[in-house]
Amino acid sequence: MNRQIALLVTLVSGVLMVLSGFLIPTQSWAEDVAEWFNVLASIAFVLGAANLAKIHLSKISSRDEGWGFSAVTLIAFVATLAIGFLKIGVAPLETAPLVSMSGEKDGEGSAFWWLYTFVMSPITATMFSLLAFYVASAAFRAFRAKNVEATLLLVAAFIVLLGRTFAGVVLTGWIPDSLSFLRLENLSTIIFEVFASAGNRAIIIGIALGVAATSLKIILGIDRSYMGSGD
Amino acid sequence: MNQKRTWTIILSVAAILLAIRTFTGPGMGKVYVENSNKAFIEVNGKWVEAPVGTTSAVSWVKEIGTTPGAYFAANAVDANQSVIHLSTSRTLGVWIAALLTLFIFSFLYRDNPFYKFAESTIVGVSAAYWMVVSFWDTLVPKLFGKLAPNFVAEHFMPNIKRETDYWLLVPVILGVMLLCRLVPRAAYLGIVPLAFIVGTTSGLKFVSYIESDLLAQTASTMKSLAVVGDGGIEVGESIKQVLLFVGVIAGLVYFFFSVEHKGIVGKTARVGVWYLMITFGAAFGFTVMGRIALFAARCEFLFDDWLWLIDPTGRRAIADAVEIAVPALLL
Repeated sequence: MNRQIALLVTLVSGVLMVLSGFLIPTQSWAEDVAEWFNVLASIAFVLGAANLAKIHLSKISSRDEGWGFSAVTLIAFVATLAIGFLKIGVAPLETAPLVSMSGEKDGEGSAFWWLYTFVMSPITATMFSLLAFYVASAAFRAFRAKNVEATLLLVAAFIVLLGRTFAGVVLTGWIPDSLSFLRLENLSTIIFEVFASAGNRAIIIGIALGVAATSLKIILGIDRSYMGSGD
Repeated sequence: MNQKRTWTIILSVAAILLAIRTFTGPGMGKVYVENSNKAFIEVNGKWVEAPVGTTSAVSWVKEIGTTPGAYFAANAVDANQSVIHLSTSRTLGVWIAALLTLFIFSFLYRDNPFYKFAESTIVGVSAAYWMVVSFWDTLVPKLFGKLAPNFVAEHFMPNIKRETDYWLLVPVILGVMLLCRLVPRAAYLGIVPLAFIVGTTSGLKFVSYIESDLLAQTASTMKSLAVVGDGGIEVGESIKQVLLFVGVIAGLVYFFFSVEHKGIVGKTARVGVWYLMITFGAAFGFTVMGRIALFAARCEFLFDDWLWLIDPTGRRAIADAVEIAVPALLL
């Protein structure tokens, strides 16, 4: 019974959203439901927080290997939540100076801004920058011009890499203006504007067709995998 | 054991060098702020900035980030000034950011407790960060602001529209049902809000993908192959358009698996693969460049903001800062 209700909810909400794209009177419904969706997604964060707390608390209580790092995670989590919810160090809005919690949560100088600027942003940026080393080392090991396809990939990557650096400009700067399209920076632009653009379009169109087909399967109840085992 | 000793020596030498650099000369890793007095009075029911010399009803001091050069310049004018001063919290922040950056970089050597510490910290901080963002940006204005607008206006958002909309109780009920997944006996209730989420996402994505991806991309491709400019047909642009058109068609043929890739279909699909390979190569090159740029930015942070070894933007040059510092002192 519960599953049938769920299927009906999926069908009704899905059809309403699809209709809203075509019928003007239903557009406001779609906006309302999209707002509900955002609210629901925000409430779902509680579920994520509960899971995070459950996993790390169980690690701490059973003194699993690395439980100290679980404690660090939980402390960081609780501290950030408290700082953010209480708007610590936030100045009120200038148009309402008596409403103490009216200011922007991440205004310059607030504790939440401090956490983002000095903890979250440096760590995430450094983690992403580490990928430069790993991608380069993986490429060094895997890139071999064994056939036409591999050669094309290798050459395109090489041109884009060089074409976007000063070295690329210097290396092919001697090419006369009449053949300027052969300069690395121009070749790099042509690769992006023509070949990569065509490839991306084919991929995007393919993805769009795939998403549309999957969405229809879900709305019509053919694909019920989101309900868990048994379907 | 030898390796442990080597690392201890390296880290000790680094710590000593840092200490020497921190406590001698202009130091390093310091952040300065400028005090800005904020004073307000109520005029005809509206709060406005209080003119200089009048008694304000509410006031506070706002600290605005400034350059070390501005501080040096201000001190050169008046050694006892306190308008531009050292910010302890932001200086501590730069040091923490620098250490966390080094902790993450230490993974290049191998997995270690410093890296794990930074990793555990980011897991906790980012999970809570997005919760806080969704609370203040979604729940407060879009849920509480519509269920209890007066309360929200008085305590959090004075400019919010004071209109009640009880339809917002629907996502609240669905949200409570979703949270029932935490209680094993009532977990079955969680499937209905999940169905709502899946249904709305499917419907929205169905329309948006067809509209903005399928139709828009097809329309961009289906253009005249001969590009006509002011002086007639533009050969270069026309060749580009033909190559683009051929690439899209060939790529789509490659993705069409309902027909066996043989004969003309197979050859077209092969051309599609070539285009895709160039696309992946370009994406690879672009990604690597992006990551290298990020790496350069992190190095710049370490050498400029923290160690004060380089100064590419002249933030610590007194001459550049006089224009900032002197007017601040006069105020």
